[in-house]
Amino acid sequence: MSEKKEGLKTIWYLVGIVVTAMGALVLLASIIDVFISAPAKTVLAELRPGLWWGAIMLITGLIFLFTNKGKVVK
Amino acid sequence: MNTITLSFIDWLIILVYFAAVIGIGWYLKRFMGTKEDFFEAGRRNSAWVAGIAFVSANLGALEILGWTGGTMKYGMFVSHFYWIGAIPAMLFLGVYMMPFYYSSKIHSIPGYLLLRFDEKTRILNAASFAVMTVLMSGINLYLMALVFYVILGWDLNMSIWLSAAVIGVYITFGGLLSAIFTEILQFFLIWFGLFLVSVLGIIELGGLDNILSTLPERMSGLWSTAANAGDNGMGVTWVGIALGLGFVLSFGYWTTDFLLVQRAFSAKDLDSARKTPIYASFFKMALPFIVVIGGLVAWKLQDLGQLQLLAHPVSGEAWNDTALPVLIARYFPAGLVGLGITALLAGFMAGQAGNVSAFNTVFTYDIYRPLFKKDASDAHLILVGRITTIAGVFLSILTAYAAMRFNTIMDYIQAIFSWVNAPLFATMLLGMFWARCTSAGAFWGLILGMASSFTMFIGINFKWINSSFLTFSENPSDMSNNLWRAWWAWLICFIATIVISYCTKPKPKEELVGLVKGLTAEKIHIEQPWYRKPEFIAIIALAVAVALNIYFW
Repeated sequence: MSEKKEGLKTIWYLVGIVVTAMGALVLLASIIDVFISAPAKTVLAELRPGLWWGAIMLITGLIFLFTNKGKVVK
Repeated sequence: MNTITLSFIDWLIILVYFAAVIGIGWYLKRFMGTKEDFFEAGRRNSAWVAGIAFVSANLGALEILGWTGGTMKYGMFVSHFYWIGAIPAMLFLGVYMMPFYYSSKIHSIPGYLLLRFDEKTRILNAASFAVMTVLMSGINLYLMALVFYVILGWDLNMSIWLSAAVIGVYITFGGLLSAIFTEILQFFLIWFGLFLVSVLGIIELGGLDNILSTLPERMSGLWSTAANAGDNGMGVTWVGIALGLGFVLSFGYWTTDFLLVQRAFSAKDLDSARKTPIYASFFKMALPFIVVIGGLVAWKLQDLGQLQLLAHPVSGEAWNDTALPVLIARYFPAGLVGLGITALLAGFMAGQAGNVSAFNTVFTYDIYRPLFKKDASDAHLILVGRITTIAGVFLSILTAYAAMRFNTIMDYIQAIFSWVNAPLFATMLLGMFWARCTSAGAFWGLILGMASSFTMFIGINFKWINSSFLTFSENPSDMSNNLWRAWWAWLICFIATIVISYCTKPKPKEELVGLVKGLTAEKIHIEQPWYRKPEFIAIIALAVAVALNIYFW
């Protein structure tokens, strides 16, 4: 590869950004459901899938983000 | 008509995805300095990155929706396409074939055919591959538009043009690296967006054992119902599965389809390239936990009268491919719906992007450069690659509209896979492992193999040929016809290539060094602990695949 002024960020860092953002939005939607609007009418809504799945995504995204912060592809 | 309504946050999630893929393309544009950067992602990826991209290039939404729907018809038999129909071939590619591909520094599969045989064999394969990829991309585009029209009510034209434009932008900017980055993103989105459907389905139906134990016998087994074609939904015996799927179609697709192998070429060294399909095999093995379980949940709910599939807008019949979106609507509240739809969107778009990036490489390296400008500079080739990307996107759009007007055209286009890949595997196998194989043998063997597959397809479709004669089955299904046709096309190519090779003059052995096993010094082993060697990891993958087959026997 030719000489570059800056290094190429790893794909894991970019995955971290997207998964964090989406996890936060899923979590937010679920919190709005629980505390503000009427509960969802989907099957198994009582398990609050958005709440824990959003949290899992958010944590996973943050792990990717912080473990790959500043890393560049050689 | 549509069953899913999107909330503001769902739209926001979809917007994040579009912004991310365009942003990635824009970000990567500055790193596209040489032709290797644009067409081979700079050959800098780790085995993990290349491995996930490798499996994701096959993980289009077309495949996920199609096989979830297919499970409602064929049951556990669909797992054959993920286990015996993939794993042995992926491991064979990593252990035996990759050293020849990677070490010869080729840019594409047709590039190997040039070095091993001659220009006309290369052009034949490049042209058929280019046509195949662009047509497949168009079909993908059309089906994506159709699915989103049915489940969300989105306008067909808007879906086609918007997704094509986004793909065109990010591939034009960042070439193969853009495609690989978005494929990895797609991999995570598919697992986060769709695996939860299976989890919630299993919870609702009281556990996986409960689902499996209530399936009819023709749907419940992998091998236990394969002794007689009439005992399983697919109408094929274990011989057809092993020869047609496990050997010819699987090896033809996984070891010679440049769309996939291109991802391994992007690895930083030979060891990583060899590990690419081996790592990918673990991810491939896990996919039935989304696809097959999702399909079984949908079947069970339909059996209980609790789930209704959507109608196909053209035929008006219940459309099995809508099973997964219907389950998303059933289980996912606001937020998760956006994630599920984004996963499907990402799957469709990455599928098209993979086809377009493979098309631009093969066209530029194997058609444009040898035929029009042999001494082209890097900058010139990158420009041609970018123009080809845009042309490929437009051809995909035209194919999508053709498929929209003439629905039966899709059956023909999808059959192209077995016309091209099954015979090509015979050519590659003989080329890599038999030094006596000649250029004339390879070229005419390939022509005969492709022509025989095409003739059988047309003959069966127009009832000129009794398919029972080819499949050894009284009432073969379309799937059984496909598997057996692939086997016969492979065999015809294999035998024709050997016979013609014995009648023609081979290349001198010194010209085949590095291209044929036995004439090549084995430099594939590097110093590393035994547990990190590709061979050991491949044995583990094979053992897991065997264990899964035994467990779900």
